[in-house]
Amino acid sequence: MVTARHRADAVTGLVFFVVVASLFPLGVGSEPRLLREIGPGVVWVAALLASLLSLPRLFVADHADGTLEQLLLRPHPLPLLALAKVAGHWLTTGLPLVLVSPLLGLQYGLDGPAIMVLLLSLLVGTPVLSLLGAVGAALALGLRGSGVLTALIVLPLNAPLLIFGSGVVQQQMAGMPVQGLFSLLGALLVAGLVTVPFALGQAMRIACE
Amino acid sequence: MRGDRRLFRGLDFSLAAGQLLRVEGANGAGKTSLLRLLAGLALPAAGEVRWAGQPIRRQREAYAQALLYLGHLGGLKEELTAAENLAIEADLAGTSGVDGARIADALAGWGLARQARLPLRVLSAGQRRRAALARLQLTPARLWILDEPFNALDVDAVAQLGRLIETHLAGGGLAVVTSHMDLPIAPAQLQSLRLS
Repeated sequence: MVTARHRADAVTGLVFFVVVASLFPLGVGSEPRLLREIGPGVVWVAALLASLLSLPRLFVADHADGTLEQLLLRPHPLPLLALAKVAGHWLTTGLPLVLVSPLLGLQYGLDGPAIMVLLLSLLVGTPVLSLLGAVGAALALGLRGSGVLTALIVLPLNAPLLIFGSGVVQQQMAGMPVQGLFSLLGALLVAGLVTVPFALGQAMRIACE
Repeated sequence: MRGDRRLFRGLDFSLAAGQLLRVEGANGAGKTSLLRLLAGLALPAAGEVRWAGQPIRRQREAYAQALLYLGHLGGLKEELTAAENLAIEADLAGTSGVDGARIADALAGWGLARQARLPLRVLSAGQRRRAALARLQLTPARLWILDEPFNALDVDAVAQLGRLIETHLAGGGLAVVTSHMDLPIAPAQLQSLRLS
């Protein structure tokens, strides 16, 4: 059900992610301990920003060429269609980030177990980024300055995710148990999967009115 | 209502099988808004739209299967080819029996045989409109809601579309059409609605 995209700008988000995360060592100096400390947070912020960058693509083009309203006229349940859109977004935006994250972890001097936790946290967290981001993108659809508006909606919404996501890696690095934070991350994902499709469906409908 | 303007009120009409409703009015009179209301894309401030006796908002999925809406915007992705767009379209609409051969035939019927494998982005406005019209031949939908479908079409294509609509009506289908031009449809089947 997800429309195939023949576009190269799925790569743009990934490149942005890598570039941003690679800029920090240049900016803060390459002292290993400092890098290790900021590593998880930087990677997570980069993931958030990269996800934000790709959000307009989710709806703007479809709204402009009429395919979004056609989507609303499908005989399938609206939440299901919304979920499919988000899934498509995650597969092209979030999943590549997850796969590239070990390399970034290495760059920041994280050890094996920490990289593992980083990868897992992103694996659970990037779908949440896609879910919440989609809501922001749909709400801002059709409004002037929608890119900024989307950011304003999405960034605060994602604050807990950011805290838990980078927090769980920092916990692991400090030798503390990580199950608690992982459970919270998982809970965010489940909560998102259950509530967002309905909200998103409505937002899509409002955008096309 | 559109923004703060009341577009029209006191509209009351019904359409039976084999009938065509032609919506006329000056630009800005609300023709597109009316069609979108009928398609269920917008909600009326008061009143309701019914299909087969039931309000459409109570039977969203059944109505979606019975309806084909062609708006101003093409509704097709321009990065994809005409053939791909139609294939995805049929897939999403849950239509069975639409395979590559039928799509190719439909496109060839609109003079797009050679252009079928090109991204829509490189086609002209008229060609894109014709690719969108090919949907009409691939759909089992009974109700066609077409907003200015004759735009950007040349004389032959206009006649072809007219015949297609006539065949659809003759088979028990219904259609709601806006158009600036006269429609090549037999008057007995035609209802007219003028918005002002």
